Amino acid sequence: MSKEKSIKKTNIAIIGSGNIGCDLLIKINRSKVLKCNRFIGQNKDSDGLQMAKSLGINTSFDSINEIIKNPDCCDIVFDATSADAHKIHAPILKKLNKFTIDMTPSRIGKMCVPYLNLDECLKEKNVNMITCGGQATTPIISTIMKVHPETKYVEIVSSISSKSAGIGTRNNIDEYTQTTSDAIKILGGAPKSKAIIILNPAEPPILMHNTIFAQIENPNIAKLEKEINLTVNEIQKYIPGYKLTLGPVFENNRLTVMIEVTGQGDFLPIYAGNLDIINCAAITVAENYAKKYLNN
Amino acid sequence: MQKNILIIDSTLRDGSHAMSHQFTAQNISDYAKGAELAGTKILVVGHGNGLGASSLQLGQSLLSDKKMLTTAKKELTKTKLAVLLIPGYGTIKENIEPAISYGIDVLIVASHCTEANITKQHIQYGLNKGLEVYGVLMMSHMISADLLLKQALLMQEYGVKGVILMDSAGAYLPEDVTKKISSLVKGLKIEVGFHAHNNLGLAIANSLTAIKAGATILDVTSRGLGAGAGNCQLEVLAAILQKMDIKTNLDLYKLMDNSENIIAKLMKHPQVINNVTLTSGLAGVFSGFAPHVIKAANRFNVDARDILIELGKKKVVGGQEDIIIDVATFLKQKKDLKENNCNIESLQ
Repeated sequence: MSKEKSIKKTNIAIIGSGNIGCDLLIKINRSKVLKCNRFIGQNKDSDGLQMAKSLGINTSFDSINEIIKNPDCCDIVFDATSADAHKIHAPILKKLNKFTIDMTPSRIGKMCVPYLNLDECLKEKNVNMITCGGQATTPIISTIMKVHPETKYVEIVSSISSKSAGIGTRNNIDEYTQTTSDAIKILGGAPKSKAIIILNPAEPPILMHNTIFAQIENPNIAKLEKEINLTVNEIQKYIPGYKLTLGPVFENNRLTVMIEVTGQGDFLPIYAGNLDIINCAAITVAENYAKKYLNN
Repeated sequence: MQKNILIIDSTLRDGSHAMSHQFTAQNISDYAKGAELAGTKILVVGHGNGLGASSLQLGQSLLSDKKMLTTAKKELTKTKLAVLLIPGYGTIKENIEPAISYGIDVLIVASHCTEANITKQHIQYGLNKGLEVYGVLMMSHMISADLLLKQALLMQEYGVKGVILMDSAGAYLPEDVTKKISSLVKGLKIEVGFHAHNNLGLAIANSLTAIKAGATILDVTSRGLGAGAGNCQLEVLAAILQKMDIKTNLDLYKLMDNSENIIAKLMKHPQVINNVTLTSGLAGVFSGFAPHVIKAANRFNVDARDILIELGKKKVVGGQEDIIIDVATFLKQKKDLKENNCNIESLQ
């Protein structure tokens, strides 16, 4: 007989059966706090829905209508569709009073990076997970800005393997780039920013690679190194494959830091660290929301 | 041959690579004036990697996109002003929208040759705004003719007027041109173009081969000014086309004058094939990498050619200039290790 109280898991739904949705599902199946009670797509023959069915998950191909019809199926909704679709979904989910975690670069809800602003975001009803590039780089940028508030400009280059960029990302490449650039300013604190996104088709696929450049006059490398390492250690608590691979180094009048993200190999192989970083961050938000407001 | 060939002049775009993106307003104004006089149909202006590409990663432009485009626009009446945009570098809101207000007529949307479906948003935005839109597949030496056609068909579906294959690494042999261009000409309903680089000394030959295979657009630069070993040299090509009786409606003497009196004078050094650019073509590495590779080679004391060969093995694509430092540090460590081992051996 177990002494532990059986904790009632919080029901969640995932809309969108692409790479992000499928990877979320596999990760949520391991959660001690969350249970995926609906996995929703729009095409009944999609590979994503087939996979979910094979895992014994309730599925639907009725898109947002499934939640309208069965509002009690979940307390938290992950929207892994597209920026355009989320614009339609957001007001509906708000009306249904669902805590919504937006995986698209739609920018409707508050931008969220758990390391930077988890507590503030838990007070919201719709949080936006920005982009994988934004999740990977804003914590480091924020750290650089703390050490060197006089930094004039920050730029990131996020390279991901073509195979890990699904059609949603591709159709939203413009929002993806713009939202990442905006997040560097809003969450990273840089006064001026730029984001460059590269899709690399190399075989075997490349690991997700992020370079952060900062324009600083006289960087204190020792202090930056210490602070950046502390930040990396914190992020590794929710994204195990997050790794500092180069820097901070100062060359060509720019500070350079490189981050590689190895995935856990859930839905796609380990090269797709970009799925892991945004999904682990989103699950961290959902679990904390559930613990704070729902499971007590 | 009787057909008309559209020459796109990219001197003030690809040429920007050879100038470390430091074209002055005077340079732009002088050349735009010359291009107009020569009867140029389309003049592309901007950073070497296009709109919004001025960056620490690729090199910062001396002038803003706004300054470059408005300066050129002032000199143009018949000649259409064009920009290149690579999705992932620039965005609609920050780059294309403003460029339209500066008076661009033509939008060229480029992606790596396997990633055409990231160009849909930008192509359709440009078409909706009434621009003439072309698609570009970069680094097109990396995939087969069949796969290129599939990607080009996507761009055709999005509505472009033509698709241009870029030999961004200068790695094509003439037979590659024939195979890939004919496949596109046969499979597409729209125009097909070619943009050559001279790393293997084949820029002119490959451009002519493209025409023979059915291409009707050639993207070239004055004096060959461009990334790496440079591009197909505009005035040379125009002279040859005249000799071959192929119409371009360009004034050959004016093109020569522009090359001699404007471009030759602003060039830092003649556009030549050297050890680095030749190796770059051989390794199939993006031509724009050359200056960054030379810098990294000097800083880490390794052979620039080794860096290029390593980059070629990694199949890096345009925009991944950050990987150069990675590769240079790796080669340096390997070299140090070797030297250390030698020392140990000599002690024994």
